[in-house]
Formats: sequence, C-alpha cells, structure tokens
Amino acid sequence: MSSAGHPRSDPASRLPLQSSALPDRAARPEPGQRSRHWPVVSISIIVVFVLVALLAPLLSPADPYEQSLRLRFRPPVWDERGSWANPLGTDRLGRDMLSRILWGSRVSLAAGVVTVLIASAFGAAIGLVAGYYGGRVDATLMRVTDATLAFPVILLALILAVTVGPSFTNVVIAIAVILWARYARVIRGQVLTLMQLDFIAQARIAGAGAWRVITRHLLPNTLNTLVVLVTLQIGYVIIVEASLSFLGAGIPPPTPAWGSMIAEGRDVITIAWWVSFFPGLVILLVVLAFNLLGDWLRDTLDPRLRQL
Amino acid sequence: MLRFVFFRLLQSLIALAILSVVVFVLARATGDPLHMILPMNASEEDYANARRYLGLDRPYVTQYLSFVGRAVTGDFGNSIRARRPVSELLRERLPNSLKLAAFAMSVSLAIAFPLGVMAAVKKGTRIDRAAQLVAVLGQSLPTFWVAIVLVEFVAGRLQWLPAGGAEGFASYVLPGFTLGWFVVAGMMRLLRSGMLEVLDSEYVKLARLKGVAERKVVWVHALKNALIPVVTFAGIYFAILVTTAIVVETVFAWPGLGRLAYDGITSRDFPVIQAVVLSTAVIVAAVNLCVDCLYAVIDPRIRYSR
Repeated sequence: MSSAGHPRSDPASRLPLQSSALPDRAARPEPGQRSRHWPVVSISIIVVFVLVALLAPLLSPADPYEQSLRLRFRPPVWDERGSWANPLGTDRLGRDMLSRILWGSRVSLAAGVVTVLIASAFGAAIGLVAGYYGGRVDATLMRVTDATLAFPVILLALILAVTVGPSFTNVVIAIAVILWARYARVIRGQVLTLMQLDFIAQARIAGAGAWRVITRHLLPNTLNTLVVLVTLQIGYVIIVEASLSFLGAGIPPPTPAWGSMIAEGRDVITIAWWVSFFPGLVILLVVLAFNLLGDWLRDTLDPRLRQL
Repeated sequence: MLRFVFFRLLQSLIALAILSVVVFVLARATGDPLHMILPMNASEEDYANARRYLGLDRPYVTQYLSFVGRAVTGDFGNSIRARRPVSELLRERLPNSLKLAAFAMSVSLAIAFPLGVMAAVKKGTRIDRAAQLVAVLGQSLPTFWVAIVLVEFVAGRLQWLPAGGAEGFASYVLPGFTLGWFVVAGMMRLLRSGMLEVLDSEYVKLARLKGVAERKVVWVHALKNALIPVVTFAGIYFAILVTTAIVVETVFAWPGLGRLAYDGITSRDFPVIQAVVLSTAVIVAAVNLCVDCLYAVIDPRIRYSR
C-alpha cells in the first residue's frame, strides 16, 4: 500500500538525459500530490455520511414527513426570520429541510452502493469470461457491451419509470443494466494482458480448468482495478439517481431524496433558494468525497487505469 | 483498411438491430397510451376504434416489422399526442440539439485542451492543482443543480442571460456551459495523463536534444500522441453528452431531442420515444464508427489486431 518506488516529486524527469534510465515508465503513477497521504477528508466525509444514513432517525431534529402550513418557507437559521427549530429552513409544505436531507442520505447511499455492486459483479464476470475465452465469445460479448455503452442511461430509466412506475428498485435496475458494460470493458482489457503472462500458461499446464484460472488467477489480479472503478462509480450513480429523482423518474414523493428535493425547490427558487440549494450542496460534497477517494486509490493501486 | 471499415459497419448495424427490438418492446411496455389520449368517460367501443385507428390491435411482430420497414425510410408514424408526423418533429428538434451539442463540445475543447496540456507541462504547480480541481468538480457537480442555480442567479437575479429557449447566441451560453462542463473534466484528465506519459518518452527527449523549441515539442510532437486516448474516448463522451442533454434541455426549456424524449415519455407517446431513442442511437453509433476508423488511421496497430 505504500508508495515505495514511486518517485515523489521528480524534477529530474523534465531533464532530457537523466531520466532515461527509468526502466518501468509505464508502471509509474502520475506523481500527483494525493498519492502521498491518505485522503483523510474524503474518508471522513464518507464515514460521516454512512453514519448519518444509518442513524437518520436518531439524528434528525424533526419528522421529515411532518407538514405544517404555518411554517412554510422558513429561511435558514442565520436569516433574521430563521430559527433553530429549522436550522436549514423549511420547504413548500413546511417540512424541516435538515431532517429531509439527513433522511435523503439513505436513498442516495443505498442506490449508489447496491447499483454499483450489482453492475460490478455482472460486468466483471462478463469481462473475465470474454478475456479468458477470447475469439468468438469475446467478439459477441464485446458487441453487446458496446451496444450497451451507447445507450443513454437516463433514457432507459425514464422509460422504465413510466413502464412500471418510479421506484427505488427500478432506478437500481435501470442504472445497473447499463453500468455493467464499463466494468466488462475495463476488466476484459486487463484479462487480455494477463493471459499473455507466463503464470497463466503455467497454471493451465498444471491442469487448472477455466473456473480455477478465472477465480484463482485472473480475478485476484483485477481486484485493484475493480476497487478503483467501484469507488469512482458510486459517486456517478449518486448523481444519476439524483438526476432521475429530479426528472420525476426516481424515488417517488414524499420519500426524501436529494434529487427530488432540488426539483421541488426549482419552482420556488426566487422566494426560497435554500430548498434547492442545500440538497445540491450535499450531493456535491458526497460525490466529491467518493471521487477524490477513487482518484487516490487509482494513483495508489492502479496508476495505469485512465478510466473516466 | 476497407475490410476493417466493412466489419465495423456490420457490427454497428447488428447493434442497432438489437437496440430496435429492445426499444420496441420497452415502448410497448410503457402502458396503454389510450388512457392518456381518450377522455375519462370513453366507452369500450371508443377504445377499440382508437386502437384500430392507431394500428395497435395488430400482432406485435407485424407492428415491429412495419415499424422497422418504415423507420429505415425515415417514417416513424404520427405522434400520438401532437397528431403530427414524428419525422417532422425530429426535423424541427434535431438541429437544435446538434447545435447545442456542437457548442458544448467546442466549449469543452477550448477549455480542456489548454488546461490539460498546461497541467501536464507544469506538473505539480498551482496550474496543475487548479486543473485537477476543475476536473474533480466537473465530475462531482450534479448538472441539473448547476443548471437551476445558473438560471436563478445569472438569468434571474443578474438578468445577464436568457433563462431558456433557443433565440440568439446568448441563449446558448448557459445550457452550453452546463452541458460542456462534465465533458471538460474527463477530457482534461485523459489529456493530462497522456501528455505526462508522452513528455517522458524517448522521442520527445530526442526532439529536445535536437534543439526543437519547447513550445513546438509540447504542442506539436507531444500533443499529437497524447491525443490518441482522447480520440478513443470521444465516442463515450458523445454518449454522455446525449444523456446529459435530456436533463439540461428540460431545465433550460431547450427545444431539442432531449426535451422531446422527456415529453414523449411523460405522455407515453410510443412513436416519439422510438424515434428519439433510435435516432440518438444511430447518431451515437455513427460517431463511434467514425471515431474507430479515425483511430485505425492514426494507430495502425488497431487495424491488424483482428
């Protein structure tokens, strides 16, 4: 896990002559500043976020569903009309914004984690099989993968939402059905390289069957890549889920979800900017944390991976 | 090379054929459109008549075949809601979407190129860190939220730019930047890591040794090769752009395909949904095909790999 062997900051590499002795250029990470330290801030944000999601009933000051017409559009506490009863103000129906944001973390976290787990398991399996067998199997699977990659996720989710009605399960399915293809592509590329290496040939000579080679030799060698991709994509899925909820194809109201809260605040933004603003800020914070952690993991575990 | 193009074209066609089936099935699965267009008190007979009139009473296979046969010639039938040929709607909306996409793409190229190259050249400096910040923010900001905030502050409070519609150049600015923002991030990162790798290579060192001006080394010798990964991902960026466009067009009331798709789905307008998804897929496939051919021209290794 240490960055041993990674040149820390390497001014010499800009000089033409001295750095040519480096044998393993390809394996060097980008010497970004991040690879040195643990990304403490990102990890703390994620930990806090997970705790909030788990403890939402205990932490939230009010019932996120409780409406009160008297308390509509209360501004946040620092405004002179605000009060500590609703630190981040209230929405159109007088519901407490802070409580709704805290509860909303459950939807986002669950959508992110569940979707990515399903997609990565399926995608990795396809990638491993395609890379291992090669030939016609590979060609067929990769055509399907390409066709999937070209399909706009949001369009599919919208179609599903009006088909079976918007729900958490449909959001997860719609995103996972498209997302696996990225894993398949990346993992298959890695497997193709691994298949050229001697230890795979030796394993096969020693009599290892397809199942054993794939699970014991190929899978462990792609795990780093998988971990990096999973981390980076949790953030992406959180954004897609929020976009869908925003378009009305995600988690149906009145369940608190950050995307739909932004949508509810959209029409009243001129009189109550906080209704849209805070949920968006929280999305930004959480996704940023996952992306920074993913970047750090990539620089540390798998510098060759230049995935989006 | 011709062989490569031919097989690649064949692959695209097969992918599109599979997609057309999926779209057909999904569009049929979005519930009965008659509930949306007939009044509440319509009788069974009204339903049967409407079904026959719209051709919805025929077997699914027949419906599919006639759909494909006509789709190939550009005839997608009539919009159930607008009661106009879908091809007309497409012709109205598609140029708007393409114009917006082109504008967004030029914005992101104009930002991503200098930023990506400078970040690699000045690795570890403030410029580099600023570029990394732009990249990570670009991937973490929810597009629709940015759009709403921009509409409220830049268009609403400051009144600098129009909030929606597609009239004149000013109306392109907000949706264009919102749409281009996400692409900037990915493209810049690819360019930066590509440049870092290339700048470290033997031939760049040789060019420097020969006394080629540093500016020329960076912007001509190195950039040319650092572009290869960017070209590879161009197709994926395009798909991302199309996806993001649905949200952006909805927020900015942009009369494009994304908006048409959203309206089509909320009103269960089968022909419109099919037409939008298929034409989007054809465009994405065509872009991918061009990218692959371009890639094979730049990098001959690809051509012979199959």
